[in-house]
Amino acid sequence: MGRITLDKVSKSFGDVEVIPPLDLTIEDGEFTVFVGPSGCGKSTLLRLIAGLEDTSCGHIRIDGNDATHVPPAKRGLAMVFQSYALYPHMSVRKNIAFPMKMAGVSEDEQARRIDAAAKALNLTDYLDRRPGQLSGGQRQRVAIGRAIVREPAAFLFDEPLSNLDAALRVGMRLEISELHKRLKTTMIYVTHDQVEAMTMADKIVVLRAGVIEQVGSPLDLYRAPRNTFVAGFIGSPKMNLIGGEEAARHGARTIGIRPEHIDVVEDSGTWQGTVGVAEHLGSDTFFHIHGTGLTETLTVRALGEVTLRHGDTIHLSPRTDQIHRFDAQGLRIE
Amino acid sequence: MARSVTTQRKIINTAVAWTVGLLIFFPILWTILTSFKTEATAIADPPVFLAFDWTLENYATVLERSDYMRFLWNSVIIAGGSTLLGIIIAVPAAWSMAFVPGPRTKDILLWMLSTKMLPAVGVLYPIYLIFIKLGLLDTRTGLVLVLMLMNLPIIVWMLYTYFREIPVEILEAARMDGAGLKEEILYVLTPMAIPGIASTLLLNFILAWNEAFWTLNLTAAKAAPLTAFIASYSSPEGLFYAKLSAASTMAIAPILILGWFSQKQLVSGLTFGAVK
Amino acid sequence: MATQHSRSAARLMMAPAVILLLGWMLVPLIMTLLFSFKKYLPLRGGDLGWVGFENYVRFVTSSAFWPSVLATLAIVGGVLIITVVFGVLLAILLNQPMWGRGIVRILVIAPFFVMPTVSALVWKNMFMDPVNGLFAHLWTAFGAAPVEWLSQASLQSIVMIVSWQWLPFATLILLTAIQSLDSEQLEAAEMDGAPPIKRFAYITLPHLGRAITVVVLIQTIFLLGIFAEIFVTTQGSFGTRTLTYLIYQRVLESQNVGLGSAGGVYAIILANIIAIFLMRMVGKNLDA
Repeated sequence: MGRITLDKVSKSFGDVEVIPPLDLTIEDGEFTVFVGPSGCGKSTLLRLIAGLEDTSCGHIRIDGNDATHVPPAKRGLAMVFQSYALYPHMSVRKNIAFPMKMAGVSEDEQARRIDAAAKALNLTDYLDRRPGQLSGGQRQRVAIGRAIVREPAAFLFDEPLSNLDAALRVGMRLEISELHKRLKTTMIYVTHDQVEAMTMADKIVVLRAGVIEQVGSPLDLYRAPRNTFVAGFIGSPKMNLIGGEEAARHGARTIGIRPEHIDVVEDSGTWQGTVGVAEHLGSDTFFHIHGTGLTETLTVRALGEVTLRHGDTIHLSPRTDQIHRFDAQGLRIE
Repeated sequence: MARSVTTQRKIINTAVAWTVGLLIFFPILWTILTSFKTEATAIADPPVFLAFDWTLENYATVLERSDYMRFLWNSVIIAGGSTLLGIIIAVPAAWSMAFVPGPRTKDILLWMLSTKMLPAVGVLYPIYLIFIKLGLLDTRTGLVLVLMLMNLPIIVWMLYTYFREIPVEILEAARMDGAGLKEEILYVLTPMAIPGIASTLLLNFILAWNEAFWTLNLTAAKAAPLTAFIASYSSPEGLFYAKLSAASTMAIAPILILGWFSQKQLVSGLTFGAVK
Repeated sequence: MATQHSRSAARLMMAPAVILLLGWMLVPLIMTLLFSFKKYLPLRGGDLGWVGFENYVRFVTSSAFWPSVLATLAIVGGVLIITVVFGVLLAILLNQPMWGRGIVRILVIAPFFVMPTVSALVWKNMFMDPVNGLFAHLWTAFGAAPVEWLSQASLQSIVMIVSWQWLPFATLILLTAIQSLDSEQLEAAEMDGAPPIKRFAYITLPHLGRAITVVVLIQTIFLLGIFAEIFVTTQGSFGTRTLTYLIYQRVLESQNVGLGSAGGVYAIILANIIAIFLMRMVGKNLDA
């Protein structure tokens, strides 16, 4: 039970409007990711939903009930913070028990839920430790445990993985996805990392300067970005955006082609260029190519180990059905 | 930081620092030593340091002459009461300033501090009249109130600086976990700020213990604390250094002992939370 | 960064402290103002009616007024200079590697725990007494005539007593500040060829700016009102009558509340001038 509706919600700090009025619906059980560059208002939006900030205008509905003026404690949402925000003076057990204590859950029920959460999150051995004695990943799990036991209408995650190192991040990403599959509770997840967005989301909301640029499933966004911003933001390595004459030939102001949609060919391709830096990842190789007649450096992804050397001249041919076209406003041309 | 220092340099540092430290501490040491001398040895020229017949008779005389325990108890009640009351009032105020700062928060804080600059003597007579009217003159309650008001700005300021160290996210987490304001302050903020609160408590206890304007002017026989006890020794009657020293030692000993046992909090408290 | 809800809660929670302090400030202040325009002699007829500015004129034209302002400024200024200068030196000393630093620190901060009445009495009798004081013994031992400290050098003596009480505070704040100085900065300066004196002047001292501000602010607050030290030692004679003490004498010794209250208003004005000056200095530094 956790359908969240934003109706003309906006937020200003003083005279600065950080979020112009926006509408958004998050369906029950959906894993929604807010993604965008830092300062795009994604965290503010999450805090509005949480009730940690007031909306300047508009309404927030949770399961159809107007929650706009309900204090955070009464919204029935749970939040996992970037810094984990564990209570340093309480043991792990007490941390997890805290929301239940606040809700007046009986001691027996508390113990039962703590055990269940600890088992699910591999925390059983650490229940009597203080947060200060745990590693980053364990702290993250405690924060999640604290959120689960409340059995909230929805989980809110505010960049929860950004304090973890790269290896742990991948593991936690999987765990959170797994958790979502199991609990089937609505989750809203804020990140600046488009990989997290792509791998975890049912629905991605791309934000820029407080404005929703596009809403859709990861593959929708990958296949049909609505504008050049989304095109450049989603996908790794970034989509090549080419302007000038080359774009004009396709009847567009800008054309976009993803690195994986350009083939390196022996001779007489569409474009010719010299190889700049090559990044060998083993499974694939990224080439940065200075194309003749193009102002932009092209990124090309080749599968496996390809041996091209700095300064080699090569030919490239984009797959024409994978070329995205954008008009003068940066909007997609179908 | 790991810079090796020659042993020679360290020896010089140690010698200089200990000399300076002992010089600064000397008046206290001398007072304590003198309290165990006879009046004759106390004024001997040249002065005697350790080689004298130690005696406790000065303490006996002082205890006989005045009701030390009553003064002591008054000091404890007045300093403790005013500090506790001040903290109870200051915690919510400091929470507001630290976590919900508004455009005027800093002005309010500075205004509070500026009330401490009002010269007490300027308002002595009005307070005196108010005290007579309310029947507070020469009562511990009256002094608890006055000293609480005296120190409230400092308590608010110290708590404010300590609270600002606590990340807001943790309080927000408590809010998300269903804690109301009362629970947030009681179960999350206060336990996390215990070291800061302890320092504040300790420092203000000492300030109140040593306060010597209101305690001298608003008390007579009943509620007088140790400051008044010792002031009664200001007019000399014959040979009295040893007795004065005994009385002085008895007045400062509780605080010296308290300070010794709570060094860490005290050092942090002595900086008024103003310097990290 | 907060909700309307928490903002109104904040106002509510600030209210007790603000209201109490406002009352504590305003009620006696207004009474003092009223009294200052009256002839008010509690033991000789009580409230004898309005007299306009007579008390103000009398207070300021009395021969004791300007000397008392000067004595106040001399004591506050003298103590501030001594405690800051020696505080910096002591802080640097205590920051050096040595054995038993913890104990030295305790020795140095101990005077702060001594109540002003005790320290004044101990200094007055056991050290500064011209016959039996330790200083007198010391002076005679070197063949010099003992100094009558509290009459011949009264102001200096009081400054010394008060400085002894406040030096620990200054030292501790400055020491904490020095310890927070990034040693890499000093090492960088050393690499740049700056000799120790210059390193101190250009890096350590500016770093201590905020701490010195705090020392000056807090000490001034307390020093403007020093009372016990004078009450116990000289009772205001030999040029040690500060404004505080002068008012105290008018109110309690001559039982002239009207005149004393006018003096109180002057003291409040003086305190405010200093306060505004200090607040400006601190306000800027408070955010850091």
